[in-house]
Amino acid sequence: MDYFLDEQQKTIRDLARKIAEERILPVRAELDEKEEFPWDIVKDLADADMFRVFVPEEYEGLNGGCLELCLVVEELSRVCSGVAVTYAASALGCMILMEYGTDEQKQKFLPDIAAGKKLSAFAITEPTAGSDASNIKTTAEKVEGGYLLNGTKQFITNGGEAEIYTVIALTDKTRGARGASAIIVEKDTPGFTFGKKEKKLGIRASATRELVFKNCLVPEENLLGKPGLGFIQAMRLFDRSRPGIGAQAVGLAQGALEAATDYARERVQFNQPLITIPVVQNMLADMAIQVEAARALVYAAARYVDSGAKNVTEESAMAKVFASDAAMKVTVDAVQICGGSGYMRDYPVEKMMRDAKILQIYEGTNQILRNAIAINLRKRKARTA
Amino acid sequence: MNIVVCLKQVPGTTEVKIDPQTNTLIRQGIENIINPFDTYAIEEGVRLKEKDGGKVTVITMGPSQAEAALRESISLGIDEAILLCDNAFRGADTWATAFTLSCAVKKLQQYDLIICGRQTIDGDTGQVGPELAEMLDIPFIAYVGQIEEIKDGYLRVRRMVEEGHEILETTLPAVITVAKEINVPRLPSLRGIMKSKSAKIDTWGIRELGVEESMVGLPGSSTQVIKIFFPQRVHQAEMLEGNPEKQVDTLIDRLKSAGLC
Ligand SMILES: Cc1cc2nc3c(=O)[nH]c(=O)nc-3n(C[C@H](O)[C@H](O)[C@H](O)COP(=O)(O)OP(=O)(O)OC[C@H]3O[C@@H](n4cnc5c(N)ncnc54)[C@H](O)[C@@H]3O)c2cc1C
Ligand SMILES: Cc1cc2nc3c(=O)[nH]c(=O)nc-3n(C[C@H](O)[C@H](O)[C@H](O)COP(=O)(O)OP(=O)(O)OC[C@H]3O[C@@H](n4cnc5c(N)ncnc54)[C@H](O)[C@@H]3O)c2cc1C
Repeated sequence: MDYFLDEQQKTIRDLARKIAEERILPVRAELDEKEEFPWDIVKDLADADMFRVFVPEEYEGLNGGCLELCLVVEELSRVCSGVAVTYAASALGCMILMEYGTDEQKQKFLPDIAAGKKLSAFAITEPTAGSDASNIKTTAEKVEGGYLLNGTKQFITNGGEAEIYTVIALTDKTRGARGASAIIVEKDTPGFTFGKKEKKLGIRASATRELVFKNCLVPEENLLGKPGLGFIQAMRLFDRSRPGIGAQAVGLAQGALEAATDYARERVQFNQPLITIPVVQNMLADMAIQVEAARALVYAAARYVDSGAKNVTEESAMAKVFASDAAMKVTVDAVQICGGSGYMRDYPVEKMMRDAKILQIYEGTNQILRNAIAINLRKRKARTA
Repeated sequence: MNIVVCLKQVPGTTEVKIDPQTNTLIRQGIENIINPFDTYAIEEGVRLKEKDGGKVTVITMGPSQAEAALRESISLGIDEAILLCDNAFRGADTWATAFTLSCAVKKLQQYDLIICGRQTIDGDTGQVGPELAEMLDIPFIAYVGQIEEIKDGYLRVRRMVEEGHEILETTLPAVITVAKEINVPRLPSLRGIMKSKSAKIDTWGIRELGVEESMVGLPGSSTQVIKIFFPQRVHQAEMLEGNPEKQVDTLIDRLKSAGLC
């Protein structure tokens, strides 16, 4: 399918693919096995200007939007979804800064993120606040000289590795979610430490860790936008970032489809290659349909986000849900087509199947996002009725 | 430091087919790439510049499509690129190639270090580097695996030899050819690719170089590639009969009559 990408978008996609094939492919199994953070690859991505893609030109970026980011994430995920999320999380970590930060704040943090010298991360989830993100307990009390943070964030991608964290915390605990604010916390701020490093089912090259704040004093100028808007900022952020998870799913599913097709061409049973058996052909065809449909929806949602549309909640939720469900199904079927070999770690599809599950969980579980889509359907109907 | 890198665009495969009628390479459908060894030369030039400052210029002699190779080198950090392109350059052997390159280097005037690949994957001779040094009348070191020190007028390198390595010093300017041990070439960057798309590339022909047609291309070559062919493979085997002693005797006879023992 031709998605009518422009020259620059094609250049970005092609270079991301080259990096994925030349630098990530040879080490992906090892990164997964050792649960090792891919610093060498982060450096390759930085040298290739990939972290500049999502940053505005004024801050040494390349001015790309949601679609450009999706193209990079898709290509990386086609080879290793763990690396892809590491990259995507750094974009997520600075999106509130890009949208609500002052010029001074942006000047201070964005050029290093664009250069890939520093990674960033976004932290809202807590032990008591998963799907119910409004139930956060971490506080940021206004004191002399800034905000005093106390609390624990859980399951934070790039935790421990990133230098710049956007943290959602209560600056006014009497007001619940309406008292939440987005605050930048730099690594090595006294009182900010890292807790448990999670051992995961998939995306094992990526780091997922607890952030622990104990009387951590953050300068006042690290507050992003107005106090009390943190929850809304976070919800808006996810509306804009979810096509990126969709792209991660598309890339992963594409990788699994290719691996299964290759295997089906080579594997001979009953004196014929698997790919000549109608049942297998139908499975592969269904996989291909899912991948292409997911890609079309993800690109359309990303373009809608880039158009500057005000409300993109539904569209981006649809892209994330559809693509992640497709990735789950396609990777399970890829293992099935590869049979016993597919179940072995020598083949890439078992990793892909493990990597797929998270896509239905993070940045809003698919159940929660279906709720959101349904609420919008009801609202619209109510308005016209 | 002014560094010059010489690169050649070659077919991106070692399995080129030859047209038996015309005895030329069939280039159709084969993507052209930068000669793999030259990517190490580019990387080393760019690294030296990043470390000590200066400018890296890349030169290639080739048809107009070789411009793509020059643009690619710019995406990898090369500052300036010159295409030596003229109908008169056609059919050049290694001598005429080195001569043309030497004229271009002289025209640049300022050069401290010239870096070539150790050989190409098509012509494969490894002669252009040393010939270029001869024509410029400057020192030459082949198979450099590491540049240990470089400063005004002085270069110390580690040269790869079969049993290990040698440390050599020379004055500058000089020509070196590099081996793949010297570095790991980088991938291009997005900003590099964008810059390369709009970069200005100078094209020089015999007029710009101030040379006669007779000195370059086929007329300036002392070698002509008359025919390129794959040797016919013939499998001939003879089974020796009889008991082991008899087989050995026959074998010795055969070897003697073939003049091999
Ligand atoms: C690997 C990994 C990386 C992550 N990275 C980050 C990060 O970088 N930053 C960050 O802030 N967070 C991160 N998270 C957290 C992630 O966003 C949450 O795990 C996710 O939102 C789900 O929350 P939960 O785990 O508490 O599940 P729960 O909310 O406890 O949900 C459990 C189950 O109940 C269902 N459920 C809950 N409520 C409803 C409802 N109302 N209707 C229907 N079903 C419901 C859910 O769909 C789910 O199936 C990460 C998580 C993981 C696993
Ligand atoms: C199959 C084949 C066989 C050939 N056999 C011979 C032969 O036997 N004798 C002969 O004289 N010629 C021969 N030629 C021609 C020869 O390839 C060309 O003259 C060529 O320009 C230089 O030789 P090379 O490719 O062997 O380069 P090499 O000497 O192997 O190249 C060494 C380095 O010199 C530099 N360099 C080489 N060519 C260029 C260029 N055009 N522009 C810039 N830098 C360059 C590069 O840095 C390269 O890595 C042959 C060509 C082919 C295709």
